[in-house]
Amino acid sequence: QLKKVKKQKVLLMGKSGSGKSSMRSIIFSNYLARDTRRLGATIDIDLSHVKFLGNLTLNLWDCGGQEAFMENYLSQQRAHVFSNVGVLIYVFDIESRDVERDLATYVNIISALVQYSREAKVFVLIHKMDLIQPMTREDVFDHRVGVIRRKTAEAVAIVRKHKPEHQLQQHPQYYQQQHHHQQQQQQFPPGGPGGTIPDIDMDMQLFATSIWDQSLYKAWASIIHDLVPNLSVIEMQLASLGVAIDADEILLFERTSFLVVSKWTSREGERNPYGDRFERMSNILKSWKHTCAKFTGTPRNAEQFSDFEYKMGANFSIFVTKFTTNTYILVCMPPGEARFNSAKLNVGAARPWFKFLDGPAVPGPAS
Amino acid sequence: KVPDPTTTQTKGKPRLLLMGQRRSGKSSISSVVFHKLPPSETLFLESTARIQKDSLNSFMEFQVWDFPGQIDIFDNPNFTFDMDAIFGEIGALIWVIDAQDDYLEAVARLNATILHLQRGYPHINIEVFIHKVDGLSDDYKLDIQRDVTIRIQDELSDQGIENAPVNFHLTSIYNHSIFEAFSKVIQKLIPRLGQLEAMLTNLCRTCRFEKAYLFDVNTKIYIATDSTPEDMASYEICSDYVDVIIDFTEVYGSWQRTQKWRDRLEGEPWNQPLEDQAACEWAESGMVLTDAQRPIMLREVDRFLALVAIMKEGSYDKMPQINMNVDVVVKGLTEFFEITKPKETRVTDKGVPSGGVIQT
Ligand SMILES: Nc1nc2c(ncn2[C@@H]2O[C@H](COP(=O)(O)OP(=O)(O)OP(=O)(O)O)[C@@H](O)[C@H]2O)c(=O)[nH]1
Ligand SMILES: Nc1nc2c(ncn2[C@@H]2O[C@H](COP(=O)(O)OP(=O)(O)O)[C@@H](O)[C@H]2O)c(=O)[nH]1
Ligand SMILES: [Mg+2]
Repeated sequence: QLKKVKKQKVLLMGKSGSGKSSMRSIIFSNYLARDTRRLGATIDIDLSHVKFLGNLTLNLWDCGGQEAFMENYLSQQRAHVFSNVGVLIYVFDIESRDVERDLATYVNIISALVQYSREAKVFVLIHKMDLIQPMTREDVFDHRVGVIRRKTAEAVAIVRKHKPEHQLQQHPQYYQQQHHHQQQQQQFPPGGPGGTIPDIDMDMQLFATSIWDQSLYKAWASIIHDLVPNLSVIEMQLASLGVAIDADEILLFERTSFLVVSKWTSREGERNPYGDRFERMSNILKSWKHTCAKFTGTPRNAEQFSDFEYKMGANFSIFVTKFTTNTYILVCMPPGEARFNSAKLNVGAARPWFKFLDGPAVPGPAS
Repeated sequence: KVPDPTTTQTKGKPRLLLMGQRRSGKSSISSVVFHKLPPSETLFLESTARIQKDSLNSFMEFQVWDFPGQIDIFDNPNFTFDMDAIFGEIGALIWVIDAQDDYLEAVARLNATILHLQRGYPHINIEVFIHKVDGLSDDYKLDIQRDVTIRIQDELSDQGIENAPVNFHLTSIYNHSIFEAFSKVIQKLIPRLGQLEAMLTNLCRTCRFEKAYLFDVNTKIYIATDSTPEDMASYEICSDYVDVIIDFTEVYGSWQRTQKWRDRLEGEPWNQPLEDQAACEWAESGMVLTDAQRPIMLREVDRFLALVAIMKEGSYDKMPQINMNVDVVVKGLTEFFEITKPKETRVTDKGVPSGGVIQT
C-alpha cells in the first residue's frame, strides 16, 4: 500500500545574488562551490524537475530575485506562483546591506504564500555565513532568527485577519505538530530582540548555511526529509537491517545529491559525539565524487565509485556501497572480519526490501 | 641492531624557514598545511608580529618557523639576530612571493637573502614559492616563474655565484599545489630517499600498481613515490583518499565504546577478543572507481605514515595476494624508519648540516 508518485512544488526565493541557484547547482547538479561564481543572474523563473528517489519528483522553481521579477511574482503571476506550494525556501544573504528592504520583500512573499498555500512549509536559509567571522556566527544567526520570526508572525497575523473565519479553523493535530516542532528548534528563543513574538501559525525552520561547508547539506537534508514518501517504511526496514547485521549506524544517501534520506543508529552509536556527522558524510562523499570525476575524466553527474571499505583495526569497520538504483548505503559496525563479510552479504540480500525506493519509473524484474 | 646511543642524543630537527613580504601568504601556508585550516578561513588570519614556531612530530621531527614579513633579519637596526641559531640547524628556506602582487621588492629582498646565506650557509636549500597562483592562467603562471627565475639568476651571477641551490614552485593554498611543493621540499631532507623509492617501485612491479605514495598522514605531504613519472592527478586522488579516511576515522573512531558493547561482541558466538577478530591491527581500506574498475587502496604503516596506491583495472579480486605483498613492504618500511631515525642526525651523505642539540 505504498503511496503513488509524488510531485512537490518547491519555491526557491530570495534577493538576487543571495545564492539560490548556487545551492541548487551544488546539491542537484554536482557543481563545485567555486563553479558557482560563473552563474549568471536567473531570469524570471528557472523550472527544474529533480527526480529524487524514484517516486518523488521535486518541481523546483528557482525564482530570479531581481526586484522587477519579485514585483511581478507578487502581482501578475501571484496565483500562478504561490498556489499549490509544498515548500518555500527563502534565502537571505547575511552580507546584504539593506536588511530592512530584504525583510519587507520577505514579508510580502510570506503573505502571498499564506494566502494561496496555507499548509506550505517554510525553510529560511540565512546564507553566506562563511563571510562572518567564525567567532560571531552564532550570535549573528540568533539575532537574525529573532528578527525573521517576529516579521513572519506579524505577516501571518495580518493575512489571517483579512481571511474569513472558517479558514482559521485548524485541525488539532496541526497545532500539536507545531508545538512539537518548536521544541525541536530550541535554539530559537521565544522572545527575540524587540519583544514577544506572537505564536507563528506556520511550519517554519531556519538554518545558517554556506556553500563552502557542510551546513548546506544539513539544511537541504531537512528540506527533503519531510517530502520523501514512505519514510516510515524506510526507517522501519533500516532498523531491522541494522539489528540483523549488528550495525552501529546505517545511512541511506540519495545517489546524485548524497543527501541523507534516512538513517538508523544503534544505542551504542547514539553515543557518537558528532551530532553533525550526517551532513558531514554527505559533504565528504560528495567532494570525493568530485575528486574521482576529475581523475577519471567522466561527467560529474556520473556514478563514480561502487564499493568502499574501511577497517580501522580493532576499532570499527565501515562500508559504503551502491544499494538500490537511486541510493547508496553506509554501514558502520564493530570490527571483525567474519562480521564484516556477513554484513555485506546481508545488505546485498536486503536490497529487494528497498526496491520501492526506485519507484515506478524503474521497472523491476517481473515477480 | 641497537641504535648507537651517542647518535640519538645529537638528534637534530631539520627546520623549515618561511620568509617573504607581509601578506604574501606565509601564515596561511603553515596554517593550511600544518594545522588543517580550511583555505577560505585564512582571510581572517591576523598579521603575525613575532616569529611563529611550530614543532611537528611525524615520521621525522621538524620545525617550521614563520617569520613576520616586516622583519628583515639581515638589516635590522634594533636587534641583531643570532644567525647560527636561525640557520644552523636548517633544512630549507622557503621564500614566499605573492604572484598576484607587484613582486619586485620581494625578489630584491630574496636576492639579498640568498647572497647573505651563500656566504655563511651555502648548503641551505632555497625554495621559492611563487604563491597565490590560483586564478592565474597557465601561460601567465609560467611567465611569472620565468621572470622571477631570470631576475634571481642574473643577480647571482653578477655577484659571481653559480649553482646556488635555488628551486621554484608554483603554489596556492586553494589546491594541492602547496602540498606537492612541500613534499618536494621535505623529500630533500630525508636521508636515503632512494632506498624508500626503490621499495615502492618494487611493490608497484610485484602488485601491478599504477602508482604508489607514502604519505605523512597529518600533512598529506608525500615523502616518497615509485619511479614512474610524476603525475599530479594521481597525487591528488591519493591525497584526497587520505582525507576521506581521516574524516571517517574522526567521525566514527574517536569515541570510546562501552564495555557492554565489547562484552557482547566478544561473547557467543564469537568467543574471541575484538583484536583477534580483526584481520589487521592497522587501518586498511579499498575502493573501486567505477570508470575502469580501478581500485585504490590505503594501508597504515605506523602512527604517521600511510601507503596509498592506485591499482590496475580489475585487480580488486586479487586483494588477498596484494595484501600479503603490501604487508611485506610495510614491514620493510617500518624497519627502514626504525633504522634511519637515529641516523638522520648524522646525515653526512646527503649534505644536510648536522648541528648541535636543539632545545625546545
Ligand atoms: N561567500 C559565499 N558566496 C556565495 C555563497 N553562495 C553563493 N555565493 C555566491 O553568490 C553569487 C550569486 O549566486 P547565485 O546563486 O547566482 O544567486 P541567485 O540567488 O540565484 O541570484 P538571482 O538568480 O539573481 O536571484 C555567486 O557568485 C556565488 O558564488 C556562500 O555561501 N558564500
Ligand atoms: N588567492 C589566494 N590568496 C591567498 C593564498 N594564500 C594566502 N592568501 C591570502 O593572502 C592573505 C595574506 O596571508 P597571510 O598568511 O596572513 O600572509 P603573511 O603575512 O605572509 O603571513 C590572506 O588574506 C590569505 O587568505 C593563495 O594561495 N591564493
Ligand atoms: Mg539565480
